[in-house]
Amino acid sequence: MLNDADLAALAITLKLASVTTLILLLLGTPFAWWMARTRWRYKFMLEAVIALPLVLPPTVLGFYLLVALGPEGPVGGLMELLGGEPLAFTFTGLVIGSVLYSMPFVVQPLQGAFASIGRRPLEVAATLRASPLDRFFTVAVPLARSGFLTAAVLGFAHTVGEFGVVLMIGGNIPGQTQVLSIAIYDHVEMLEYGHAHWLSGGLLLASFIMLMSVYALNRRFSLVRP
Amino acid sequence: MSIEIRFRIDRSDFVLDVDVEIPATGITAVFGPSGCGKTTLLRAIAGLEPCGDGFLRVGEMRWQEGAHFMPPHKRPVGYVFQEASLFAHLNVRKNLEYGVKRVPVSQRKVSMERAIELLGIGPLLEHRADQLSGGERQRVAIARALAVSPGILLMDEPLAALDQARKQEILPYLESLHDELDIPVIYVSHSPDEVARLADHLVLLEAGRIRASGPIGEMLTRLDLPLAYGNDAEALIEAEVAGHDDEYDLTLLDFPGGRFTVTRHDLPVGHAVRVRVTARDVSLTLEHQSGTSILNIFPATIEEISPAGNAQMMVKLICGDVPMLARVTRKSASVLDLKPGKLVYAQAKSVALLS
Repeated sequence: MLNDADLAALAITLKLASVTTLILLLLGTPFAWWMARTRWRYKFMLEAVIALPLVLPPTVLGFYLLVALGPEGPVGGLMELLGGEPLAFTFTGLVIGSVLYSMPFVVQPLQGAFASIGRRPLEVAATLRASPLDRFFTVAVPLARSGFLTAAVLGFAHTVGEFGVVLMIGGNIPGQTQVLSIAIYDHVEMLEYGHAHWLSGGLLLASFIMLMSVYALNRRFSLVRP
Repeated sequence: MSIEIRFRIDRSDFVLDVDVEIPATGITAVFGPSGCGKTTLLRAIAGLEPCGDGFLRVGEMRWQEGAHFMPPHKRPVGYVFQEASLFAHLNVRKNLEYGVKRVPVSQRKVSMERAIELLGIGPLLEHRADQLSGGERQRVAIARALAVSPGILLMDEPLAALDQARKQEILPYLESLHDELDIPVIYVSHSPDEVARLADHLVLLEAGRIRASGPIGEMLTRLDLPLAYGNDAEALIEAEVAGHDDEYDLTLLDFPGGRFTVTRHDLPVGHAVRVRVTARDVSLTLEHQSGTSILNIFPATIEEISPAGNAQMMVKLICGDVPMLARVTRKSASVLDLKPGKLVYAQAKSVALLS
């Protein structure tokens, strides 16, 4: 069944996915709100940037992150200058990579949900004396709840399922940066198919259950909304 | 008390340029064809339409002037949109409470219970918005707007999205608002019938500009406005119930120009009513006719005559001090030698009670 390294990988994976989802919801909500409502003419460029992880090989993103976060890179160098550690091959580095990599899976459903509300309910709320912030929390958020559910589950599930980015910037340090998907890879490399079966089957089941609950709770679910 | 509105809104396809002062009492209808800017004007009053250059004074309060722009949630308006736009995530009661909760207790003049009662939505309170019919939804939306105790109620064609039966369901409620609440209303509409039943004051909007503005009875009978030339051109006359004729089942209505006789309506003596007299139902004679079945005959003075098409003339009459319209053929006008100042008898073949 599962050995200690597998359990550690499971814990790191869950922690990584939870932290990433939380950060993405906190950052992605105001961003998606702005994207859904702005009439800025160059918005399409930002949308393309956000969508990049959908089509880019994870190794490309991982490679650039490795360069940026390493001791010679701008972010890693800055960290060293401030007396910290470079971020490559650390859990923090993994979180940064995951946030970027899973961003479209959180931002797009939120943006779609906010856009589909339209302006009318917010105008109604304004004429009922609700301030802009009040309108956001009492009208926009409740009306976009299916978008939040979709965003949270997809962000979480996609982070659990990531492989390439983690391998590039996290290395494969058991107990620190080794996540489940990489643990499976290692097992297969060492021909430990029994272990690989347990982990793969577990991930398959968990992913299926998560996605099924999204589809069931949100019939209008779609990955990329126009 | 009045409301002073000066807006200039430039869009690529449309310009709204209005400068008008309307009374801060009763119902003011903003009337005009689709696309003339009625909705934009109403939205600008509510602060929902960005409008850089504008001036808006409601009573003593300046809502907009130069750089000062009071945001919509600070303006004491109630707004009823064309579609009810109830919050889908709240039931009827919570929809009503949404606004009420945000109004300081000291400013609550219309209680939620009163709004519920006025619109007859008591039985619907625990329903979700999507369980209501179109008419019920719009009644809830009106109650929701009233429950914030607005200083002014803005209504954007609240009946336009409804079928005829639903309109008839809601109109009595709107009329009762007029009678029971002392809240000025700006009512956008392109339906002459709604305007005739509800409005006290009329603003005529054409292609983004104010064509004319004034009391409804005066506006409908002005021969320099298009209103007097439609097939349904009409005069609206305020009258009051003088008594009933029990033998023939008739009701008598007094107005400054005389007394109307209409089929019986069970209204108390003294009750104020609005009467509609359509121009095509009014004929003119030079002497008082005796051998006629027409009951409603009034002496009148011709004030103005204007051609209506090739064969007909529109005649504006003054009965007492009340304007009335008669549509006659050009031939009749010539034979009778109709001209301003002449005394005639107006015979109204039918008279309709509106409220």
